[in-house]
Amino acid sequence: MSEIKKFLYVNRKAPYGTIYAWESLEVVLIGAAFEQDVSLAFLDDGVYQLTKDQDTNGIGMKNFSPTYSALGDYEVTKIFVEKESLEERGLSLDDLQHLTWEDEDEDWAEKDSIRLVSRAEMAEIMADQDMLFNF
Amino acid sequence: MKLTIQINEGPYQHQSSDSAYYFTKAALGKGHEIFRVFFYHDGVNNGTRLTTPPQDDRNIVNRWSELAEQHGLDLVVCVAAAQRRGIVDDGEAKRNGKDATNIAPGFRISGLGQLVEGAIQSDRLVVFGD
Repeated sequence: MSEIKKFLYVNRKAPYGTIYAWESLEVVLIGAAFEQDVSLAFLDDGVYQLTKDQDTNGIGMKNFSPTYSALGDYEVTKIFVEKESLEERGLSLDDLQHLTWEDEDEDWAEKDSIRLVSRAEMAEIMADQDMLFNF
Repeated sequence: MKLTIQINEGPYQHQSSDSAYYFTKAALGKGHEIFRVFFYHDGVNNGTRLTTPPQDDRNIVNRWSELAEQHGLDLVVCVAAAQRRGIVDDGEAKRNGKDATNIAPGFRISGLGQLVEGAIQSDRLVVFGD
């Protein structure tokens, strides 16, 4: 398996109402071992997955949101968040976790993983991929 | 074309398993290669042989088993999703101390790496579900 493909994991759903978000993250973590060119996209209610200070005590479900901050260690460094989806929900970048990765080529400089993109840009990002995983 | 099929929804509740079945059958009929069919999320419920639909309804599970036998399909049920939802084969029963199995003929339980490998090896990943 020498060929490297561009993988985009598309996350469209809120984190706890259904299991799609959590089981999507499981694919991303397992898939990291395959050393493909991986990006994540968050749009529609999927932007809620990245919100900070999640507290699931009231619903008796596991809070898996801290796992997103480990993505950098799995060399998942491109996280595209759709600007319009945030705005439609009254959210901004400040409401999301600050996700970072360390750039080995620049003396482990800490860099932001989240890139805010417009709906039109998101369409271009999708068109540029070899494989889309939809969750 | 080489295809991997992903099914994210359970049978009967949702049309995606039916759609995936007809798509897979049509693709085979057109001479395409199905590298793998991967069942994820509630889609793992397509792989229980204990399903007993009314006699005048389609049997979704048996239909997959038969298609697998005819065409040598690789039907893979995600192990993590299967454990959550109680889809069990001999190996899983032994590992997790369960007193029964329910995996249907032609299905096997394996890891998420099988989905990622399918996406790497195939020309298209076709996903059925919400």
